[in-house]
Amino acid sequence: MTDRTYPDETVGSFPPPPAAFTDGDGREIRIRESGRDDLDALVEMYGDFDPADRAQGIPPVDPDAIREWLDLIVSPDAVTVVAEHDGRPVGHAILVPDSGDGYELAIFILDEYQGAGIGTQLLEHLLGQGQTAGVERVWLTVERWNEAAIALYRKIGFETSGSESFELEMSIRI
Amino acid sequence: MKVLLGTGGRADGFDALARALERAQEAGDDLTVAVLETSSDSDVDSVAADVREQVADSGIDAEVRVLDGHPGSQLVEFAETEGFDRIVLGGGQRSPLGKIDLGEVAEFVLLNADVSVTLVR
Repeated sequence: MTDRTYPDETVGSFPPPPAAFTDGDGREIRIRESGRDDLDALVEMYGDFDPADRAQGIPPVDPDAIREWLDLIVSPDAVTVVAEHDGRPVGHAILVPDSGDGYELAIFILDEYQGAGIGTQLLEHLLGQGQTAGVERVWLTVERWNEAAIALYRKIGFETSGSESFELEMSIRI
Repeated sequence: MKVLLGTGGRADGFDALARALERAQEAGDDLTVAVLETSSDSDVDSVAADVREQVADSGIDAEVRVLDGHPGSQLVEFAETEGFDRIVLGGGQRSPLGKIDLGEVAEFVLLNADVSVTLVR
């Protein structure tokens, strides 16, 4: 789609990874840039993903389909960060270039690590890494009923850019 | 079964057409294809020509009709007045991240049709 709209104003600067912090449940979490070297660990993480947290068909459920999907989206042009606990990924966020000059965003956090502040940190550092890579326009879609996610995106600075379809579309200029 | 396939010319619509033609061959469905005026860049007449070619190649005797006007409502009305048992649509396009984007016609038809709707994946 070429008619996607973005806010006029940029949101400001976000911190680039790496980072380390203690989450709301007292766990030591590290955030770092990730890439194709992490594919095996990410396939394992997505294998543990709660199917109830899937959105619009991703992540796939079948392990081979997970690998195929990750292989496609974790390209050299993508920006991707991972949150780790005890050396294994518990959250993953990614910016994938679209056919125009924007990037589509998605974030996934394992069920038992949700609600502990990891999503906010992961998103901020993803956008920080994006700024380092020269990304300026980012968009996402989210189910209308997913109020927790929508509130998180708003807090980061995303604004609603489309509401005609089943999913809400939001965008940000960084 | 009397089946109505709707397409506006997107890739998922042509995939759905291929599957509907296969099924018509196996199950003997009475298939009609409605070419819709969607907001996509595709020109209705060139989509209709591509559809007729795909139908002809399959050897299935399926009628191809162009429906003018609002695509979802025209398709639903046509299905109801002509007594179709089922509407078949493409299962949506994939975003850069692989998310399914259903598109305007599928959303309208799912909510408004009073016959069963199949999305082809």
